[in-house]
Amino acid sequence: MKIPLSWLQLTHEKMRLAVAIAGIAFADILMFMQLGFKNALFDSSVRLHKSLQGDIFILHSQTDSLVGGKSFSSRRLYEVMGVEGVKNVSPIYINVTDWKNPITKGSRRIFVVGVNPVNNLFTLPGMKEALPLIKQPDVVLFDERSRGEFGPIKQDFDAGKVVKTEVANRQITVGGLFALGASFGADGTVITSDLNFFRIFPTRTKGLIDVGVIQLEPNANLDVTFKKIKDKLSSKDIQIFTKEGLIEHEKSYWQKRTTIGFVFGLGTVMGFVVGTIIVYQILYTDVVDHLPEYATLKAMGYGDNYLLMVVFQEALLLAVIGFIPSLGFSLFFYANTAKATGLPILMTVTRAIMILLLTMLMCTLSGAIAVGKLRSADPADIF
Amino acid sequence: MQTLCSNTDTNNEENLENVMVAIRNLNHFYGEGALKKQILFDINLTLNKGEVVILKGPSGSGKTTLLTLMGALRSAQSGSLQVFGKELMGTKKRELVKIRRFIGYIFQAHNLLECLTARQNVQMSIELHPEYSTSEAKERAIAMLNAVGLGEHLDYYPHNLSGGQKQRVAIARALVSHPRMILADEPTASLDSKSGHDVVDIMQRLAKEQGSTILIVTHDNRILDVADRIIELEDGYLI
Repeated sequence: MKIPLSWLQLTHEKMRLAVAIAGIAFADILMFMQLGFKNALFDSSVRLHKSLQGDIFILHSQTDSLVGGKSFSSRRLYEVMGVEGVKNVSPIYINVTDWKNPITKGSRRIFVVGVNPVNNLFTLPGMKEALPLIKQPDVVLFDERSRGEFGPIKQDFDAGKVVKTEVANRQITVGGLFALGASFGADGTVITSDLNFFRIFPTRTKGLIDVGVIQLEPNANLDVTFKKIKDKLSSKDIQIFTKEGLIEHEKSYWQKRTTIGFVFGLGTVMGFVVGTIIVYQILYTDVVDHLPEYATLKAMGYGDNYLLMVVFQEALLLAVIGFIPSLGFSLFFYANTAKATGLPILMTVTRAIMILLLTMLMCTLSGAIAVGKLRSADPADIF
Repeated sequence: MQTLCSNTDTNNEENLENVMVAIRNLNHFYGEGALKKQILFDINLTLNKGEVVILKGPSGSGKTTLLTLMGALRSAQSGSLQVFGKELMGTKKRELVKIRRFIGYIFQAHNLLECLTARQNVQMSIELHPEYSTSEAKERAIAMLNAVGLGEHLDYYPHNLSGGQKQRVAIARALVSHPRMILADEPTASLDSKSGHDVVDIMQRLAKEQGSTILIVTHDNRILDVADRIIELEDGYLI
């Protein structure tokens, strides 16, 4: 093996290397956190959608997000019953209203979901056991991962107390718990029966639903049935999705219609820019400090390409050794953020690889600016 | 007639093989337009194989310019400058870089790479010649450092070596790939007289063994005795 000049050059000055690693790791952590938050936002907004046990879904054509959608006639849903391959249809009623904290009496907006208690539509933990309870009048199930501002519901419930409070000024009882989690769109969620839903919201009627859930026969082909339903429901006031389509629809609302995606995207770009500047500073000083040495190498007969390679190798080495600690720190921060906020902030392999590639790009860019200085390494000047 | 011609040719070739550097009517300028200043005037000089030549002259007389021209570190402007039989006038930069690989340079400042050990510094020079394997390169570097008396300091960084030791590493680096010519610019300037003379002695001995031509630019009168020939430059003219 030839002498690995770039490696030896980098590791010769330990202090400078430490500063470089810290700088790159800082930029990487910044990018990891921003992207993590962004994805957590999108993931949290579709947690309910992901938990739905259904194959095809119907929404009003103007519904962009389940938080704040429009209702449509239940007749549309029941029309589907006759389509071949459809096993079952279920309506879901949704409204956002005030929840009164039983301790402080302060109110806070909560997401209320009404379903037929006979069919379990959710794969949420705890749901199957708790669902029959909402057949009782004015009994609701509370999301134990809702934000703390709704009151110590889980603690009181687990302690065996009867938890009573008001939802939209109607007295209700918490009959059970399930685990979903807060999202940017809803701080907390309760699930109750369709009948209780109409008790809480007297203006709502059975004929106007918010989501139509269609379950298919096990042997039915999704694409074929989807097309049949689409042909049957030609009316313009609704839109039809597969489960993935529904999730994408909700995500694209948060991505395109709100500034949240932009804000976190900007944060990621900032991290990238900061990293580029830091690496540039490090590489530039490195090149300047070694100019006489580089000029000597040129005098000995090393070409410009060799020196370019040395600088770019240093850049890539820095990228890799700066990335490793940042990955560790980010995992730690993710775990703590998830604990503190209830957001599903998780490390994915795709994101880790993406940040590694971004770091390499960042370092290569800096290297490309720094090598401009190499030209001033003129071997004729060192005599 | 035929025989005569070919005879002359052979003579020329033999001559060419013996001549390392042939300079004819070389002029060199710095600056542009009104600021243009001539540094070298009509230089004619030949360096032969195995010769040790010392180039003297006051500061600003153009010694270093001449040295960098011969070393293919600077592009020639007018006249003729042949190194190892190759005309450097108008030669492309990439070709100049190739020629440098057959020249050993010794600088006033040692210019060793701080992040490399003595052995690695010397090895950097051999690695330019792909005909040597890595293990060969390493052996040669060690042998060369032994020859300059630094066998005990192979793994020392320049930082931990004295001025004389560093200059000896630089000599080992310049000589290890058996250059045809060695160009040294004030190699003793930063050394005391004892180590200065040692350094030049080592340089001369090893170069003689390898048959390399040496050109030393110096002010130092204490080392004039190593020279086969002394030339002097004043205000850009060879005298």
